[in-house]
Amino acid sequence: MGEMIRMVVTLAILSAVSGGVLAGVQQWTKDPIERQKLANEKAPVIRQILEGTENDPIADRFTLNDGTRDYLIFPGRVNNEPIMVLEDRAQGYSGDVHVMVGFSLKNDTLVGAGVTTHSETPGIGSRAKDDPSFTRQFKGKKAGAPDSLRLDGGSLDSISGATITARAVVQAVERASSAYLRLKPELESSKREKEE
Amino acid sequence: MPRPLHKEFLKGLWEEIPPFRLVLGLCPVLAVTMTVENGIGMGLATTFVLVCSNVLISILRNQIPPKVRIACYILVIATFVTIVDMLMQAFTYPLYQKLGIFIPLIVVNCVVLGRAEAFASKNSVLPSLADGLGIGIGFTLSLAALGALREAFGNGTLLGHSIFGPGYQPLTFLVEAPGAFIGLGILLGLMNLISQRR
Repeated sequence: MGEMIRMVVTLAILSAVSGGVLAGVQQWTKDPIERQKLANEKAPVIRQILEGTENDPIADRFTLNDGTRDYLIFPGRVNNEPIMVLEDRAQGYSGDVHVMVGFSLKNDTLVGAGVTTHSETPGIGSRAKDDPSFTRQFKGKKAGAPDSLRLDGGSLDSISGATITARAVVQAVERASSAYLRLKPELESSKREKEE
Repeated sequence: MPRPLHKEFLKGLWEEIPPFRLVLGLCPVLAVTMTVENGIGMGLATTFVLVCSNVLISILRNQIPPKVRIACYILVIATFVTIVDMLMQAFTYPLYQKLGIFIPLIVVNCVVLGRAEAFASKNSVLPSLADGLGIGIGFTLSLAALGALREAFGNGTLLGHSIFGPGYQPLTFLVEAPGAFIGLGILLGLMNLISQRR
């Protein structure tokens, strides 16, 4: 009996110390990891959506709150039209799928979308990111109704073998679109401030 | 019979060099050694885990009840692996992206658990530190050597710099999975040849 208690206590103490140390390291590395992800995973997608913009959308980013959470906004200007890029997420096959979506402030259409961070199955769900032909379909859709997969009654082609991931991307785009519409008044005022 | 510290350290570099002599921990050896950089990165991450877990397990060796020792070792190792994982994400992100899933998989690397069970649990702190360092550096060197072989002949580069000039036709199969086995076999054979001659 005494041996039993000793085993339980040893394991419990070790686990508790391990948990404490990891929580500390996680706190300490949270900000640098965010910055690295921004520079390595998000920036390429943002630059692709805002191809041809003259400013640096990463440096010009700002934060807006839509009442539920903070959104990072990456502003740009393509063909003299102001574009706002923001990111939202939805539950995929394993963990959240993050999707960056660009909106034209003039007519509320999507100018582009791209998957940034995800943990989907390599070679299957990961094609949502690696093969841009899926996310390219969002171009030109309206922010009010960004469309859904053909098998859900919409007009988008799914990713074969990765319907759950494709649905997650669609849902993330929907969320980003409604966040954009909620934030639109503030986005327009932020744009005006910049021009003045 | 306590051996001098430098012997505990040096044995990891030749006598018991992990992938070739102990033939342990082959999964990362085969999977990530497409380039020298990947090999060194993986080797250093493993060395960090190996040294820290060896030292901590040797400190705790008289406190850990024998029946749950493996669970305790895995817990200690997993903690250090998670720390490495977060540190690499925070400070060497591009390398972290390349090594991907193989960093968390250090937890189940037989070399690390093997040293905990076979060495750190029976020896005091200093020899365990020397053992961890030696085996870790040996592991790093092996990965770097295999990475160099595969990168040089499979891609014509070393650390990203072209070495054979533009006329070289790379043996691309070497950077793919079969090349890992063939490269490992060649290095193993060379090592056996050298030890036989001595």
